[in-house]
Amino acid sequence: MTAPAPVKAEAGVSPKSRRKIRDNLTGHAFLIGAVLCFALFMWYPMIRGLVMSFQRTRRGVTTWVGWDNYLRIIDDPSFWVAWKNTFYFTGLALIVGFAVPFFVAIVLNEFRHAKGYLRVLVYLPVMLPPASALFLFKYYAYDPSEAGLFNAILTFLHLPTSEWMQSPTMTMPAMVLASTWMNMGGAVLIYLASLQNISGDLYEAAELDGAGIWKRIWHVTIPQTRLILALLAMMQIVATMQLFIEPLILANGAGTQDSATSVAYLIYQHGFFQNDLNGAAALGVIMLVVLAAFSAVYLRLSTKD
Amino acid sequence: MTRTLISHAQLRRGRGRVIYWTLLTVVVVGFTLVFLGPLYWMVTGALKSGQEIAQTPPTLFPQDPQPQNYVDAWTQLDLAKLLFNTFYYAAGAVLFQLVFDTAAAYALSKLRPAFGNVILGAMLATLMIPAMVLIVPQYQTVIDLPVLNLSLIDSPFAIWLPMVANAFNIFLLKRFFDSIPEEIMAAAFVDGATPLRTLWSIILPMSRPILGVVSIFAVTAVWKDFLWPLLVMPHPETRTISVGIYAFAAGTPQNVVVAASVIAALPTVVIFLIFQRNIMSGLTAGSLKG
Repeated sequence: MTAPAPVKAEAGVSPKSRRKIRDNLTGHAFLIGAVLCFALFMWYPMIRGLVMSFQRTRRGVTTWVGWDNYLRIIDDPSFWVAWKNTFYFTGLALIVGFAVPFFVAIVLNEFRHAKGYLRVLVYLPVMLPPASALFLFKYYAYDPSEAGLFNAILTFLHLPTSEWMQSPTMTMPAMVLASTWMNMGGAVLIYLASLQNISGDLYEAAELDGAGIWKRIWHVTIPQTRLILALLAMMQIVATMQLFIEPLILANGAGTQDSATSVAYLIYQHGFFQNDLNGAAALGVIMLVVLAAFSAVYLRLSTKD
Repeated sequence: MTRTLISHAQLRRGRGRVIYWTLLTVVVVGFTLVFLGPLYWMVTGALKSGQEIAQTPPTLFPQDPQPQNYVDAWTQLDLAKLLFNTFYYAAGAVLFQLVFDTAAAYALSKLRPAFGNVILGAMLATLMIPAMVLIVPQYQTVIDLPVLNLSLIDSPFAIWLPMVANAFNIFLLKRFFDSIPEEIMAAAFVDGATPLRTLWSIILPMSRPILGVVSIFAVTAVWKDFLWPLLVMPHPETRTISVGIYAFAAGTPQNVVVAASVIAALPTVVIFLIFQRNIMSGLTAGSLKG
């Protein structure tokens, strides 16, 4: 007795609501392509990743293993090394890659000349394929002999040269330098746009009150751009925590004495070389939890005052 | 021009003027060295011979230019094939994104079907998930598509379809469509135009700037992407240019690898120099008001 129901409903529908249904169907027809792609390549993998992290597939047989993958991953000594390296990179990249673009944007915003040229220059490295730019750094800039570009400059300035990627202590700073050079253009442009939104009256008033340049930056520029500063800091942290291609190309993955191994590289290693996709999925979930916890704390702090 | 940190008057007067021009010169020279210098070093370094590149101190100009390095890069790495692949993937990505993302943004902005906001929310939520977290399950999905049981490995669809699932682009397009007055839509419906017809003849012609921005973003995203094509396009015949260079790097002389890197970087640099205005405005518009 279920079949007649729709017919009855159909007959009872007024022309108005029938049109509404048709409009809805049209709307969903326009959405279907994107929704299917999201479902297949975003929403389903989100769930699948979580499920996989509690399973183990061996010779085509999948079983539930509880927290085994997590325990195995945490037990691996390189897990802690990778987190230590990743946090170190994120912290260093935040100090360099956050303060430098903001300062550059403030200076650029004061210029009345060559502004377009400088903007193009800063953004140019962002357009390079990262692999291309990193081979430049690897072979020419970070050449540990005195023939390398950076060492030649250091020698010219009578400063001690460095072994760059061969030295475990220089590996991270060298990767931060390369990464900042490649990526800072985007942040500079966004800061520039937000600096242009600051009303000139505020600076005028501050100046009349006797505030010098630094005071004006502190009391006008920073408060006026606080929201965008907070947002970009967050985005940068999420991006740098996923550090991958820099260690892969510059340090051949792990680097000298494991000084370059990152969490993302470990995911890649487990998933695609150690035949441990389940472990890699567990590592992915751990990464997500860490980033989410971090974002929550950060949002709490930055919206508090 | 509006006033900034330092007033115009101050910059034009005696001491301020001197400081301004000194600082400007320092910054222009400094930035040229920092941002163009490495590129110059890359292009000319790839012209040097193996001995010259190992020379101390390094030479500023190649003493005995070896264009052969670039020729070797082109032939040994089969760059023509790699460039073609990358262009092909980029063009397809633009097409798929324009068709599906525009249609979706149009539906969410103008047609507003039931649950539209829920769908938009679910799409935007994916922006919170770091790409690295999903790489393993996405790969698992691509090697064995649910329901269809197809593998997309080495198929361009493995790049094209995931590119459609781009919440940022849909958001960018939707915001643009939102700014198109509702009266235009109403007028089109009164004239009996179907939603598709309205999109095609009225909305799209008005949206050329944003469609341009989305297309450029799609091209550069495919061109710069590395890990995903490394995983899903493993066969030498289907590799993208970045992956191809990486795969050959170990067994190839350094100068040849860098020469190949220069060639790989050329298309995006040229695109940037041509469309810099659109790229920069799209970048800041999308992030600021978002």
